[in-house]
Amino acid sequence: MSLLEVQDLKVHFETDDGVVKAVDGVSFAVEQGQTLGIVGESGCGKSVANMTILGLTRGPNAEISGRIAFEGKDLNQLDADELRSVRGNEIAMIFQDPLTSLHPFYKVGKQILEAILTHQDVSKQAARRRAVELLGLVGIPDPERRMDEYPHEFSGGMRQRAMIAMALVNDPKLLIADEPTTALDVTIQAQILALIERLQDQLGMAVILITHDLGVIAEVADQVNVMYAGRIVEAGTLDQIFYDPQHPYTWGLLGSLARPDRPRVERLSQISGQPPSLLAPPQGCHFRPRCPHAFDRCTEVPRLEVRAGEAGHADRCWLSAEQKRALRLVEGRIGLEAPAA
Amino acid sequence: MNEAATETGVTPRADGALLEVRDLVKHFPIKVGIIFDHETGRVRAVDGVSLDVAEGETLGLVGESGCGKSTLCRSILQLLEPTSGSVRFDGREIVGLRGRRLQPLRREMQMIFQDPYASLNPRKRVGDIVGDPLRLHGLASGQELKRQVHELLERVGLGPEHYGRFPHEFSGGQRQRIGIARALALRPKLIIADEPVSALDVSIQAQIINLLDELQDDFKLTYIFVAHDLGVIRHVSDRIAVMYLGKVVEIGPAEEVYSNPIHPYTLSLLASLPIPDPRENRAREPMVLEGDVPSPANPPAACRFHTRCPYATEICSEVEPELVHHGHGHWAACHHPLNREHPEAVRATLPQA
Repeated sequence: MSLLEVQDLKVHFETDDGVVKAVDGVSFAVEQGQTLGIVGESGCGKSVANMTILGLTRGPNAEISGRIAFEGKDLNQLDADELRSVRGNEIAMIFQDPLTSLHPFYKVGKQILEAILTHQDVSKQAARRRAVELLGLVGIPDPERRMDEYPHEFSGGMRQRAMIAMALVNDPKLLIADEPTTALDVTIQAQILALIERLQDQLGMAVILITHDLGVIAEVADQVNVMYAGRIVEAGTLDQIFYDPQHPYTWGLLGSLARPDRPRVERLSQISGQPPSLLAPPQGCHFRPRCPHAFDRCTEVPRLEVRAGEAGHADRCWLSAEQKRALRLVEGRIGLEAPAA
Repeated sequence: MNEAATETGVTPRADGALLEVRDLVKHFPIKVGIIFDHETGRVRAVDGVSLDVAEGETLGLVGESGCGKSTLCRSILQLLEPTSGSVRFDGREIVGLRGRRLQPLRREMQMIFQDPYASLNPRKRVGDIVGDPLRLHGLASGQELKRQVHELLERVGLGPEHYGRFPHEFSGGQRQRIGIARALALRPKLIIADEPVSALDVSIQAQIINLLDELQDDFKLTYIFVAHDLGVIRHVSDRIAVMYLGKVVEIGPAEEVYSNPIHPYTLSLLASLPIPDPRENRAREPMVLEGDVPSPANPPAACRFHTRCPYATEICSEVEPELVHHGHGHWAACHHPLNREHPEAVRATLPQA
């Protein structure tokens, strides 16, 4: 049994302008100790899907359907109190901006203590010892003293470390990290990614890492989901996604990257147009209007299943295996260009 | 500043330089007190930068947040008054020019900003945003103005139907196109682009980078391109300057800097960058730099990088390294230059007892 199994998750929000289908039928699984990378552009639903796992999108205007099985129990069926005992306990989450996720009025130590005392029946002294231990574990120097400092006295990287320490207080089985390094500089990003990997090895937890950065994905993920406009368009292992991509959107993402490790190319392959509004997504494949390879069948929604890839490598694209292999190469590199007539 | 560097020019191409920056310094005072304030310290945002930009080239400027990239750009454009130093544009000294005397210069140097949401006036229509520079400089009016704005919009990939719309009706990428059209309106020679694609999604980034590339060819533009994304910088730049805490620590041709970095800071930037290629990531040695960037209000003495540098020795905390030429137009300020077998290039020595 997978640690987490999400089946046909739909999150729709009622707004004044109509229904926003933020997540439109997403299914994936996370195994024990594994890192799942979810990559996609802003507004593709990657954050909403994962906040929904923790019940953070519930509200009077939200319609949530599907199954979110965590160790067999359906989180979507739990009430607010039951969910609270899971959140921050068995599943923890860290966010992009560590400054807005820490309370500016309270000392960092106090905020970590609160997380411990909410879920564990221990004395304040024991909790404090645990908090100091955790701050040390995430690489904060002089943790005893830093406990009594306020978030504004921490640098960006240190704040993210403190957030990670707070997420770890109850030995979570699953850590959801939503763009954990996007606000950080590259040298600090490398520190935080190394930290997440080390902790994962030490503590054996599974990680869902949400990012728009394919470099970060390539560094830490085992499995990858590519999301576009509320749906997963391709899912596979890290190597399958990078070396045998099946969906034109993935080709476009890989092709539009300016590689820091290669001499410059004449021109970047680009995806034309912009992502659709989720108020009125296009009929059929959501990528159809931007896809130079679209044909009549694309007005039907393709299911996410193994089509042209190896076992375990699923995609949502109607093109045949031969077409995919031929079309994805643009001057020897993977990219998205209209085929020469 | 290093004498040799000023004598020979920071780049071998000093003669044909469109922009020459010498010893540029911008300090921000830290003041205490309400009625009678006094200075308690200085943020040394830009602390003695010299560089040249040749006509038609793209100089990439990289560094982490707080290293002074943006302050340098604004000081070059005289949007901030430099504390000291010189900026020559087309042979003319522009530091110290004010008011009307600065106005003709504004036509020659323009800027594209990072945040397309904050850099467009939300109450103005696109036609006015793009047309205002032309109107204010008295270059066009009436139907002629409208015609030119339409032409500009078309050139950046927008249509005539966008003329009367407001910025909020556009996506991030389209807004950045509006910002580019506005910068182009006066047909400048130099455009400083401060993180023009950082706020955009990957697929849109490539669109904007390709657009800037085409415009450079069409309008013979010179760019200073600021970004923290080393992939983007490698793609757009002819030469690259790496900044750390208010100083340029390395400057040279893009391919040189990427394939043979001299300064350990440049190496650590490149080595800590995740590469979007799983096999290459697995194959390489990870190099994780310890610690945070120190505060520019209180930078480390001598070499500012010595507190984080894995190669630092005693000399690094005692003598400030000069920017030294290592051949091929590649300069670096380091006592322990990497990828170089020219110990004679290292001129600074410990003071004799």
